[in-house]
Amino acid sequence: MILALVLLPALAGIAAFLIKGTLPRRALLVLTAVAHTGLTAWAWADRPSGVPEGWLALDAPGLLFLSLTSALFLASAVYAVGYLSREKEEAHADFEEGMFFTNVPEAIFTGCLLLFLSTMTLVTVSRHFGILWVAIEATTLASAPLIYFHRHHRSLEATWKYLLICSVGIALALLGNFFLAVAASGGTPRTPVVLDALLADAAHLNIPWLKAAFLCLLVGYGTKMGLAPLHTWLPDAHSEAPSVVSALLSGALLNCAFLGILRMLQVCVAAGEGAFGMELLVGFGLLSMGVAAVFILGQADYKRMLAYSSVEHMGILALGVGLGGAATFGAMFHAMNHSLTKAMLFLLAGNILAVCRTKQSSEIRGLGRLLPVTSALWLVGFLAITGSPPFAPFLSEFTILRAAIDAGRGGVAAAYLCCLALIFIGMATAVLRMTLGEPSRGAVVPSPREPALSIVPPAVLAVFVLLFGLYLPPAVGTALEEAAAVLAGVPK
Amino acid sequence: MNLGLETILVFLVLANIVVLASSRLTACIRAVAAQGIALGIFPLLAHDAALTARVLLLAAGSMVLKGIVFPMLLSRAARDAEVRREMEPFVGYTLSIVFGAAALAVALWIGSRLPLPRATWSPLVVPVALFTLFVGLFIIVSRKKALSQVLGYLVLENGIYAFGVALALEEPLLVELGVLLDVFVAVFVMGIAIFHISREFDHIDTDRMTTLRDWTRRRRAPGTALSGKGEAAGEGGK
Repeated sequence: MILALVLLPALAGIAAFLIKGTLPRRALLVLTAVAHTGLTAWAWADRPSGVPEGWLALDAPGLLFLSLTSALFLASAVYAVGYLSREKEEAHADFEEGMFFTNVPEAIFTGCLLLFLSTMTLVTVSRHFGILWVAIEATTLASAPLIYFHRHHRSLEATWKYLLICSVGIALALLGNFFLAVAASGGTPRTPVVLDALLADAAHLNIPWLKAAFLCLLVGYGTKMGLAPLHTWLPDAHSEAPSVVSALLSGALLNCAFLGILRMLQVCVAAGEGAFGMELLVGFGLLSMGVAAVFILGQADYKRMLAYSSVEHMGILALGVGLGGAATFGAMFHAMNHSLTKAMLFLLAGNILAVCRTKQSSEIRGLGRLLPVTSALWLVGFLAITGSPPFAPFLSEFTILRAAIDAGRGGVAAAYLCCLALIFIGMATAVLRMTLGEPSRGAVVPSPREPALSIVPPAVLAVFVLLFGLYLPPAVGTALEEAAAVLAGVPK
Repeated sequence: MNLGLETILVFLVLANIVVLASSRLTACIRAVAAQGIALGIFPLLAHDAALTARVLLLAAGSMVLKGIVFPMLLSRAARDAEVRREMEPFVGYTLSIVFGAAALAVALWIGSRLPLPRATWSPLVVPVALFTLFVGLFIIVSRKKALSQVLGYLVLENGIYAFGVALALEEPLLVELGVLLDVFVAVFVMGIAIFHISREFDHIDTDRMTTLRDWTRRRRAPGTALSGKGEAAGEGGK
């Protein structure tokens, strides 16, 4: 069944390259997404057993991140059908600079989208560090053509940065894998770099090499995850990619890289070196939040603003895991909340971009009149992502804050609150200016009706964000606690 | 001491210096290709154990990919983009060689201090791997042409690979093939990207790709921007 989860989208992706008809290809995209979500739901009911040698298996954190990926992909697939039908096949003018460009053929786009899902699934089920590396590098390669969907110079620049920075980062992670293998080679026969074997044999690991391995993997996967100061590719890629791709990059891909770091942290904790790794994560986390706060204040481009917000939230995740204890649960909870909210916001940004034709938030006024539903959801998303009650991110951010104070880390808590406040101000300025007021003269009033395909997916995500804030279903709560327990190294 | 092995190590170092010192891209591509082939021979000489099918397959795979396929892809990209030389790198060639010498010294120093849990077959393996790694990173940050950066990535990858071979890490075959496949696809995708960059910009100088940034409003191309804007609004109004 694990193999089915990985192979189904891979095969569908290859099929999408070959299918000529537009309609069957779009149907295939949505059907695969539905089937993948179905399989994931089945995995919740009946946890599948791992494949031999323990290379692939689903544990609690893996299942959590798999479910997020699957759910977001379903939302994005539905949205993509509407998005693709609005995109013109022939060359069309860019609304920012006026030059003409074409799109990547839809077959390639759909195929890469499905392959992207397959590689992300492989990340969540990998237990072997080598396979994990292969899968994470493959996500970069599968998503690069997605960022270059609009064939013009800006998206090309973004794609090049993404490809090169992430590939080099991930190459360093490969070095980290080798270091880990060295650390594990003390015994005879040497321990394979499979998570379970390493955890069982943690006492015999060579500590200096283990630390070096953690550093390399943190820098390598941290690049992909968007931890400052390694985040430089992220705002460009997120702002130039089609919004549906940005939603997946931000909501699903960053989590996958985070999972790579978490796997290594698990080994460190088991070897008794957890404190070393966790302190580093706290540092990177606070730095990311600080950098994001600086760049969100006065950010003119609302898609870049969302991208920096992702840097911020990845910082919060790193911080939460770094603090440990109750904050680990908070981080798991927050990973879920951030994914749902951020994917929703990026999809909405796509709606706004389609009608207003500018990414500058200062050029947009009176969204409430232009696009009433999108505008209302945009406000909801803004409130949720900045951690306002009653939405779910408030709960998870508060859990992390309380854990920081309980642990006596007053300075960390103060810096954390400070960054959150700055980001709230920065985002409020842009979002309120966009939604309120009268539409500017050039804008189209009355606006075209908002298509259901671009409204329903973000609306459903919004419902979940609100629901988890008001009432966390026990099944989800248990799963989150289990994930946190696995990460903390507490036996199940 | 294994004479064949040491020869290959010296060869790797020389190839690195060629990459550092040469402005001609063809020479750099050839040097990286030679490095790839040398790395393919590496495990054949290094393993004291019998030549298993696994070792042979990996050696053949990496030789074909790194020694033949990558250089072909890159040469084609260079031809399509019509570039022969890296004209004005951020760091000049003389300075690059000085860096190379310094990096070699640092690599030897680190190599002498790294406590290896298992003895390798030659004390030079780890320093050479580290040196290759440093050179790869240096090329990526000090060169402007997108093609040179891909070459840097390959040198970096070679260094990491040499490290893996040096420590005789027995990764399962499936994983090693996966790594090779990933690197192959990476180079392939980068090659396509270079093709698009040269067509879009008429150059492959990455330092001139500066549209995407924070704080400043994007510069609009004069004239065209206005008409594009008008057209967009017109379309919306219909």
